[in-house]
Amino acid sequence: MSMIHVTTTINGVAQEYLCEADETLLDVLRDRLGMTGSKEGCGTGDCGACSVTVDDRLVCSCLMLGAEAEGRKVETIEGMAEGETLHPLQRKFIEHAALQCGICTPGILVAAKSLLEHNPNPTEEEARYWLAGNLCRCTGYDKIIRAVMAAAEEMREAS
Amino acid sequence: MALDAKVDGKLDFKVVGTRVNRPDGIDKVTGRARFGADMTAPGMLVGKVLRSPHAHARITSIDVSAAEALEGVHAVVTRADFPQVELDEATWDVLDNCMAGEKALYDGHAVAAVAASSESVAKKALKLIKVEYEALPHVIAVDDAMKADAPALHEGRQVENVPEGMGANVVARYEFGHGDIEAGLSKADKVLERTYKTEATHQGYIEPHACLAQVGSDGQADLWCCTQGQYMVRDTCAAIMGLSQSRLKVTASEIGGGFGGKTTVFIEPVALALAKKSGRPVKMVMSRSEVLRATGPTASSSIDIRMGMTKDGQITAGFAELRYQGGAYPGSPVEMGAMSAFAPYDLENVKTVGWDVVANRPKQAAYRAPGAPMAAFAVESAIDELGKALDLDPLEVRLKNAAREGTKASYGVTYPAIGLEATLRTAKDHPHWSAPLGENQGRGVACGFWFNFGGNTCVSLNITPDGTVNVIEGNPDIGGSRASMSMMAAEELGVPYERVRTVIADTASLGLNDVTDGSRVTFAVGLATIEAARAAKREMCKRAAMVWGIDEEAVVWEDGAARPSGPNAGKHDPMTLADIAAIASNTGGPIAGHSEVNAEGAGVSFATHMVDTEVDPESGAVKILRYTVFQDAGKAVHPDYVEGQFQGGAVQGIGWALNEAYIYGEDGVLQNPGFLDYRVPVASDLPMIDTVILEIPNPGHPYGVRGVGETSIVPPLAAIANSVSAAAGVRMTSLPMSPPKVLKAIQTG
Repeated sequence: MSMIHVTTTINGVAQEYLCEADETLLDVLRDRLGMTGSKEGCGTGDCGACSVTVDDRLVCSCLMLGAEAEGRKVETIEGMAEGETLHPLQRKFIEHAALQCGICTPGILVAAKSLLEHNPNPTEEEARYWLAGNLCRCTGYDKIIRAVMAAAEEMREAS
Repeated sequence: MALDAKVDGKLDFKVVGTRVNRPDGIDKVTGRARFGADMTAPGMLVGKVLRSPHAHARITSIDVSAAEALEGVHAVVTRADFPQVELDEATWDVLDNCMAGEKALYDGHAVAAVAASSESVAKKALKLIKVEYEALPHVIAVDDAMKADAPALHEGRQVENVPEGMGANVVARYEFGHGDIEAGLSKADKVLERTYKTEATHQGYIEPHACLAQVGSDGQADLWCCTQGQYMVRDTCAAIMGLSQSRLKVTASEIGGGFGGKTTVFIEPVALALAKKSGRPVKMVMSRSEVLRATGPTASSSIDIRMGMTKDGQITAGFAELRYQGGAYPGSPVEMGAMSAFAPYDLENVKTVGWDVVANRPKQAAYRAPGAPMAAFAVESAIDELGKALDLDPLEVRLKNAAREGTKASYGVTYPAIGLEATLRTAKDHPHWSAPLGENQGRGVACGFWFNFGGNTCVSLNITPDGTVNVIEGNPDIGGSRASMSMMAAEELGVPYERVRTVIADTASLGLNDVTDGSRVTFAVGLATIEAARAAKREMCKRAAMVWGIDEEAVVWEDGAARPSGPNAGKHDPMTLADIAAIASNTGGPIAGHSEVNAEGAGVSFATHMVDTEVDPESGAVKILRYTVFQDAGKAVHPDYVEGQFQGGAVQGIGWALNEAYIYGEDGVLQNPGFLDYRVPVASDLPMIDTVILEIPNPGHPYGVRGVGETSIVPPLAAIANSVSAAAGVRMTSLPMSPPKVLKAIQTG
């Protein structure tokens, strides 16, 4: 099978790769680029563990082909902290014990960051509906929602 | 053996009971943590499994030649490629479940596997494997499977106490209780007889099973996998592959949820067989569809209750007959269902009979308090209905019958100090209980019980030369247990939490540890960690005594330092852990503490749940309005993660009660093998889950710790059913309470 050459930007860095025509963006990130922070929980867009943003739009990377990233701007969990400085959402997730096993955490953080970029002052209900595409089986979502609301408040105060 | 028969009376905790940050937090919020599917090896192949499309079929032939001939295919295995070794019945079942032999017993049963250079080549190779099946009649529902003329999955698997004439799929019978049911019922003012049904649900961990296997030509093998117990994986796979346990080293990855579902193996022996045959490392990752079709959901159940109650709420007799199908092999959790059904109550006349049944479904695996939620659904629904019929307060009825210290439980034990009554009294005083309800709204309560386990445990604790501490334990950290171990070690040693780092060992680096199950880890590994720390303290006191030239007995450990104590000790400046560590080479060498124990005294656990729901009379949809968990945790080591266990269990119970079910077609094929149609609760379905932690010390643990992880899934099914029944004005006796089912119940009354 002939491979497709792709030029894209991932977490602000220019990136080239070769992929097969039927390879998902998630497969490319995980298997070709070694960026295993994005997780595959279902492969059908139902769990959100593979959430990334493409041109600032929240997507399931398992539902997008690697070839479709050509010329786009992809952001993943690996780009969320700035060096050793955690994003407020990352810090609040640790402080609020918003993770137990942690497998859904990268996807939820990416989705929550996207929420706060679109709506810096969400209600609890808005946060719950925005994150309804991200499954967590450990926490019952209580501490996740609290962490997101706390991060939103801190970010509003800082801006 | 309980290491401490009595609680030390320790109340002045400095670290235990605080809400510190977990040590794996940064790795998990940055994507650095490595889960099962995140590992690679040089020259690695991709392994994939071919699965039966039939619910029940004889495998007449398998032709793998075309697959083997495909470029990029390095190995194809079937059952014939597994070594002919003697296995006990349970391990044989595990092997037969991982790779079918003569028959495929359920839709999704593995029949062959390939290892290929890429995912796409592996998928092509699967299509080239030709399997000839002779389709056989199948059976799915538990009550159908029990019939004498039902299609039989196995021959000769019935244990001796199954009465003659019962169908071949009824494989075991259990009975518990005491007193005289009929005599008790005759004293009742009201008797209820009712049948309750629950569907099979899946643990629904977000991380599919994944592993990476390597087998050297010298027979040494390495396995990386997501599991709740690397030693269980080692022992099972070594038996199946004919390896000695020391030749197979299993390393547990970070684990993306388990809830009991990762207490056995599904792909690991297959990956080892492929790695052995190909001579290359083989990585296997299940798809979500494979997880739902071919790993272990819990049992579906059908339960008959007979219960009598007097006008003032005394339960005069309780009888339950429980029928659980646990999939294609013996081992449904009906025994624990029968033991736990009436465990919260002090009953003069109580009896439970459990039937273990096989059916053409995937082999069940443990799911959080296995067997108990369905039994509690039946019993707690019956108590609610009787109480309502007699115009009694549901919390008062439960208080009147509640088990207490000294109660002889229906399953035989006599309880030490327990917390059921405290959870009920706290619930009664909570503002939730007196909050007003609106139209179409109802409130339900239910109690729940879980045994909690202890088990085989090893911990090593090393004092480093710079005066910090490593704890080495052997149980995968599924929800913050490394934080808890570091906290208990810090507490015992009198050093800051930040100076302790806890790591999880592979199977070659530490002795046997039982699986992370039975809510055992914080209790048993905690107990061993404390004992290991005490051993290290004794050694450090000895070193200080040597430096000071006094008797060991004249040295005590207080506030992180050895101090002279007693009339003849003399005056010496305290030596801190760091002081002693720094000179360890000159006083006898490295300092460590160990504990190896088969821990007993886990301490049973009880909870009361309270839930408000609103039922839409137009659609039958149920909304959870408010939810409060009251549970005895013993000493809560890290309250955030105790609350998290309460909340997570409650929400899994909400899914089981309202949405989740394995749905089969007439053909016996699973119709909803994906998260779109197997619908677990999402954030927008739920309110905040309030929690009240009660701390009744467990006398079997030095700090009074009990397991907390499983009890929280026991009450929700009944609490929600009681709430929905009140809101809808009609008794719900079958789960899930999906909108069509609730609507039909409302319409037919």
